[in-house]
Amino acid sequence: MKIRKTLDNLKKPFEKGQKLEKLYPAFDAFETFLFVPNHTSKTGAHIRDAIDLKRVMITVIIALLPALFYGIYNTGYQYLIQTSEAFTTLDAIIHGSYKIIPMIAVSYIVGLSLEFLFAILRGHQVNEGYLVTGLLIPMIMPVDIPLWMVGASVAFAVVIGKEAFGGTGMNILNPALTARAFAFFAYPTYMSGNQVWVSEASNVDGVSGETILGMLAAGNSPEQFGIMEMFIGSIPGSIAETSTLMVLIGAFILIYTGVGSWRIMLGGVIGAAITGYLFNLWGANALMSFNWMSHLIVGGFAFGIVFMATDPVSAAQTMKGKWIYGILVGVLCILIRVFNPAYPEGVMLAILLMNVFAPTIDHYVLESNIKKREQRVKNQLKTA
Amino acid sequence: MRRVELFMTKDIRIRKGLSINIKGSAIKKIEKIPLAKSYALNLQDFHLVMPKLTKKVDDFVKRGESLFYSKTNEELVFVSPVSGKIRDTIRGDRRKILNIIIESDGKDDFVKNKPINLKKSSAEGLKSKLLSCGLWPFIKQRPFDIIADPNLNPKSIHVSCFDSAPLGVDFEFILKDNIDVFKIGLDALEILCPNNVNLGIKKCQSFFSEELSNYNTTVFDGPHPSGNVGVQIHHINPINSGEVVWVVKPEDVVTIGNFVKNGEYIPERTVAISGPPVENPMYLKTRLGVELKSLTKKVKLSKGYSLRFINGDVLSGHKVSPDGFLGYYNNNVSVLKEGNEYKLFGWIPFINNKVPSIYKTSFSWLTNSKAKEYDTNLNGEERAFVATGEMESVFPMDVFPMQLIKECLIGDIEKMEKLGIYEVSPEDFGLIDYSSSSKIEAQTIIRDGLDYLYKETQ
Repeated sequence: MKIRKTLDNLKKPFEKGQKLEKLYPAFDAFETFLFVPNHTSKTGAHIRDAIDLKRVMITVIIALLPALFYGIYNTGYQYLIQTSEAFTTLDAIIHGSYKIIPMIAVSYIVGLSLEFLFAILRGHQVNEGYLVTGLLIPMIMPVDIPLWMVGASVAFAVVIGKEAFGGTGMNILNPALTARAFAFFAYPTYMSGNQVWVSEASNVDGVSGETILGMLAAGNSPEQFGIMEMFIGSIPGSIAETSTLMVLIGAFILIYTGVGSWRIMLGGVIGAAITGYLFNLWGANALMSFNWMSHLIVGGFAFGIVFMATDPVSAAQTMKGKWIYGILVGVLCILIRVFNPAYPEGVMLAILLMNVFAPTIDHYVLESNIKKREQRVKNQLKTA
Repeated sequence: MRRVELFMTKDIRIRKGLSINIKGSAIKKIEKIPLAKSYALNLQDFHLVMPKLTKKVDDFVKRGESLFYSKTNEELVFVSPVSGKIRDTIRGDRRKILNIIIESDGKDDFVKNKPINLKKSSAEGLKSKLLSCGLWPFIKQRPFDIIADPNLNPKSIHVSCFDSAPLGVDFEFILKDNIDVFKIGLDALEILCPNNVNLGIKKCQSFFSEELSNYNTTVFDGPHPSGNVGVQIHHINPINSGEVVWVVKPEDVVTIGNFVKNGEYIPERTVAISGPPVENPMYLKTRLGVELKSLTKKVKLSKGYSLRFINGDVLSGHKVSPDGFLGYYNNNVSVLKEGNEYKLFGWIPFINNKVPSIYKTSFSWLTNSKAKEYDTNLNGEERAFVATGEMESVFPMDVFPMQLIKECLIGDIEKMEKLGIYEVSPEDFGLIDYSSSSKIEAQTIIRDGLDYLYKETQ
C-alpha cells in the first residue's frame, strides 16, 4: 500500500535514537489514526478482542451525533423564531453551524494541543478520551459563550481536571463537566440567567430565552411548551441537551454496543423519577409540583445521565456501585433543582458530586465482598 | 475408600464468561507417533523451582531416572521422559537453565519400581513414593499456581475433567481407553486427601458421569472459563487464606495411575495440534517434552505467513519456537497466524467485521456461531484503564478482578489478600487479557502479584 510505505518512511526520524524521538507520541497518534498498528500479543493471551479505546471512543462520538445535529438545528431555530420572520430548516442549520462549529474547533484545537503536549512530555501515547471530551464541552455550553471562554474552560479541564491527577484514567471528575463547572463559576453571567440560552437573545428586545427550569425557579409556569416540544427538544437550553429523543437514540447506541453502562442510566432515571414523584406529592412550589415525567425530559438530565454520568473513569466501577451511583445522581439532580433556586438545573452538580463519592461507593461495595470472605473463614473455623 | 455412601452430584451453572470459537479444532482421531529423536524438560513450566542437576551433559538416563531436584526441597525430583543421552542444557540470563534436552536412544529403558498396593498404602508412604519417582510435579497447588508443597496438607484435591478454553481438548475422548487407569490414579489421590477429591465434569459428558459416579463429581455448565479448575474450586469450596488446595490435570492422573498399577513412569500425552493455519488438525499420542517438529510434521500447515506455536491454549499458553518442545502440563499445541499487519482505519466501528468482540461495535456478533480465524494482532494499542465492567463480564468468581489487578500493580499485600488473591491463578485472567479494551496484560500482572506475595510471605 502506498500510504503505508510513505508512513514507514516518515516514521524513521521519530524512532528510538533518532532526532525526533521525543515527538514519537505525536507521530504515533497520527499513524494509529490511519492504521491499527501491527503489534502482536507478547505476553498473556495470544488472541485479542477487536475492541480498543479508539473504537470505544468513536462509538461514543457516533452516539453523540444525533444530539449534536439536533442542537445545531435548534440553536438556529430558537434564534430565528424570536425574530418572527419566515425561515426554513436550512436557515436554522446554517445559523446553528455558524455558531457551534467554531466552538467545536476551538475545543479540539486547544484540548488536543494540550493532550499532545502532555503525551510528548510524559512519553506516552496520546489517549483517545479527549475526542469525546472535546465534543462534549461545546455541546453542554450556552450558545453565546465567547470562544475564548470555551478555550479557557478546555484548558482548565485538561490541565487541572485530568493531567494534574495523572492523565487519562486517573481523573476523579468528568473532564467535560469540569470545563462546564469552571465556566459556570468563572463567567456566571455567560452561563446562567434568562438571556444566554438563545442565540443573541440579549440583542432582541422583548424576547425571553429562559429555560423551562429557569421559569419554574422564578415561579412562572412554562405554559407555552408542550410535552412533545420538551421531548423533541425545540426548547431553549444548552446546545445539545434539549432533545430527549436524540439523547435516547444515543443511549440506544451506547447500550446496544455495550459501551455505555445501562445500569447507571436506568439507575439515574429511577432515582429522578421517584424523587420527582415524591415532590409532586408534596407540591410546595412550582418546581415541586412540576410533573415528575417532565422532570426527566427538560433540562440537561437526560443528556447528563446518558453521556456524562456514564463516563467509566469518573463513575463508580463496580456493578452494584453503578446502580447506587446512578440512582443517587438522579435523586440529587431533582433535589438541587427543587431546593436551590440559584441553580435551576441540578444535573451538572449532581454528577460532579457523585464523581467525588464514586470511590466511596466502590469502597463499600468492596468492603462487603471482603466481609463475605472473612465470614467464610470464620464459618470454616466453627465447623472445623 | 470411595464415597458411595455420600454419592452426590451437584450442578453449577456458570453464567459469566465467553466461549471463543476458533477455526481448526482437532478432529476426533488419535494417531500414535513413534519415539522422537529428542525430548526436553522446559524449566519454565516449573514456576519458582530452582533446579539442581543430578546429571551432566553426555550422561545416560533411563525413563523415570532423576534429572534434577529442587534446591528448596531436595525430595522433589524431576525425571526423564525417555531413555538416552543428555545432549545439552540450554541456559538463559544469569546462567538460568531453560531446557534440558535428552536425545532418545530408541531403547526406551525404564526404571522399574514395585507396583503399589493402594489398600495398604498410607498417605505419607505414597507421597514419598511419588516424590522420589518424579510424579509429584504433576500435582500443583493453589494458591500461587506452583508445584504442590508436599509438607502441607491440602484441604481438597480438584481435577477438572473438561477443557473449556478455545480449541480445548476433549478429555472424555482422550481418556476413554484409559478410564480404569484414570480411576486408579483418582484412588491414589483419595489416599493423599481422603474423601475430598473433587471432579468437575461438563454437562454433556455422559461417559464420565456414568463411569465416575462413585466419585465426588460436580457438573458444570456454561462458557469458558467454566473448565478452569480455579473457577471450579471457587464454586465448590473456595480457598480461604491459609488453606491449600491441590489440582491435577486429567491425563496426569492417568500417569499416576499407571505408576501405581505397573510401577512404571509412562508420561504419555495426547496432544491436540490445532488452530486456523492447521489444515488437518488432529490428536497425536506422544510423550511430554517431545520435540514439536515431530508433531508439526504430522500435520499440514498453511504457508505464506509466519506462524506462532503455543504450548497450551491460545489464552493462557506460552509461545514456543517451532524447534522447541512440548510443555510439561499441556494437552494442546495451538498454532496461530502472526497478525503483524497494519489495518487501515481498522478502529472505526463496523469497518472490520471479521474480528469478534464482546462489544457489538461490529457485525461480527451476527456470525458468532461460526468458527473464526483469529490471529495474534493486538487490535489496538495499550492504554490506561478506562472502560469498566468488561472484566467482570468474563470473570465468573465472586472476586473483583479490576480492583485485584490494581492492588497487584501497587503491591499492597494486605489488600491483595482481602480481595481474594489466594483464589485466583493467572489462567483465570486469560479472558480478561483477551477482552480488555485497554489491552491490559492481566495474566502477567497477576503472576507477578502472586510471586511477590510468595516472596514476602513464605
